[in-house]
Amino acid sequence: MEPKATRFGYSEALLMLGEKDDRIVALDADLAKSTSSARFRDKFPDRFFNMGIAEQNMVDVAAGLALSGKIPFASSYGVFVTGRAWEQMRTMVCYSKLPVRIAGHAGVSVGADGATHQALEDIAIMNVLPNMHVFSPCDYYETIKATMAAAYVDGPAYIRFGRAPIPIITEVDSPFEVGKATIMKKGSDVTVVATGTMVNEALIASADLANFGVSVEVVNLSTIKPLDGETILNSVAKTGCAVTAEEHQITGGIGSIIASFLSLNLPVPLEMVGMGDRFGESGEPFELLKHFHCNSCEIVQACLRAISRRQTSRVVL
Amino acid sequence: MRDIAQLEKVGRQIRRDIIQMTTLAGSGHPGGSLSATDLMAALYFEIANVDPSDPMKEDRDRVIYSKAHVTPLIYSVLARRGFFDPELLKTFRKLGSPLQGHPHIHCVPGIEMSGGSLGQGISIALGTAIAGKMDRAPWRVYCLMGDGELQEGQVWEAFMAAAHYKADNLTAIIDKNGLEIDGTTKDVMDIDPLEKKLEAFGWHVIECDGHDYGQILYAFDQAKQTKGKPQAIIAHTVKGKGVSFMENNAEWHGKAPNQVEAEKALLELAD
Repeated sequence: MEPKATRFGYSEALLMLGEKDDRIVALDADLAKSTSSARFRDKFPDRFFNMGIAEQNMVDVAAGLALSGKIPFASSYGVFVTGRAWEQMRTMVCYSKLPVRIAGHAGVSVGADGATHQALEDIAIMNVLPNMHVFSPCDYYETIKATMAAAYVDGPAYIRFGRAPIPIITEVDSPFEVGKATIMKKGSDVTVVATGTMVNEALIASADLANFGVSVEVVNLSTIKPLDGETILNSVAKTGCAVTAEEHQITGGIGSIIASFLSLNLPVPLEMVGMGDRFGESGEPFELLKHFHCNSCEIVQACLRAISRRQTSRVVL
Repeated sequence: MRDIAQLEKVGRQIRRDIIQMTTLAGSGHPGGSLSATDLMAALYFEIANVDPSDPMKEDRDRVIYSKAHVTPLIYSVLARRGFFDPELLKTFRKLGSPLQGHPHIHCVPGIEMSGGSLGQGISIALGTAIAGKMDRAPWRVYCLMGDGELQEGQVWEAFMAAAHYKADNLTAIIDKNGLEIDGTTKDVMDIDPLEKKLEAFGWHVIECDGHDYGQILYAFDQAKQTKGKPQAIIAHTVKGKGVSFMENNAEWHGKAPNQVEAEKALLELAD
């Protein structure tokens, strides 16, 4: 199948949800075409609310709808729906544990709009909130499943999707479970924990390294919160070193998240691929991923560094 | 026939609770609680369709607090209306008490939603009102707002959206006491002319003396009858109302009276 942007998986799921559950409502902040929530608007006009360019009000209106038995999905650019409305999410939605679902496109692969529109902090600021669920699916099919599942989790949720077409790497019937990481490829030398667009890059890196006799295990972290510690521990216990890969700031992103988890549970050499404390810029999506060192080449190098550090530390031990 | 004398009695009881709760806690917000007391007493004892024996009944009117720091008032009016035992008021702001400094959703019967971060309650109320309209529900939504919090930009996003969605089941009650922490709203950040601004945003505006029960009840009646537009009751009030040394003094926004001050206040509020 042709590459497809994950944002369309979001609206595909909304359509299916809307069909079977009258409580599903959607809101957008004048970006219905871009987020693709317009498809829901066209099919269920009475259950769609364009709130205009006013994300703070949108999120709290969604909270009010949730209070009254609706299941609201509010979308915009990832930067604005998580950042502009962060305190609304914190104090109203998360503190009250309301079933508000927010969604947006994120990462440098948002592309030519540049740094202002490229959410690279959204995982960090959503992950820190108690009661929150954070989904970062890796392709079109998985975004459908994550969105469908998000509708019925206990409490609020954020779904991070993308704007650029990316390869489809899962099957229609691949399993998806909230809070469960999936092993995309088994391996024994190093664990790569990747999320979103970087899962495919990790698979490419894994194939490249296989040519040199290095066996990589690729873990798809499609739910970032709650974290599937068990799957990560089992993998890392086997490989003895790990790499994280994300289209997000390493600080506060899955780099930090996996580092704190492993340092408490199973300290091993860990390398991190992602944005290094800087803003993005305009460009073509994949050109940007390469420019900002978020691609398979970086993952290959990070794997080699992690393996080398593991061997060194074994000598020391 | 509405019993104004009875409402005035309830108002004095709530005001005594406010003084006692803040004194016992050693903190809290007496000023804005006292200014909105008569508005909430009228709403809960005469206007709103609420039932303490069935606090979550489907057709209840929803009351959302946007100026949610007035928890002494909120908890007292709910307790006195019968939602929970007034004895619990003594635990206000203590560790482990359901009566948090700012309310948490469903912490006690009658509390619909968390609150405390200013400027957000009106959006919550709007979302609730939209849900009510979707379901063609008979209930209404009331939102208690302060005048200082109208400085938050989100409030105006909500005002715009409420008129856009013709939320005529939504009534904002604006406690216009003219004071905020750093002084008068006029000096800190002027919100006037408020009536004209709200009308320009598509709201039906009703003004009243927020300490005159006859006027308050009439304002609520007017609001209920309005079709096609959300309504704002701009209630002109006195911060600290009922306690001579607290009236019109911004210092009492977030300060608790000491024992001596409390005794003086309670004398003034006696039946």
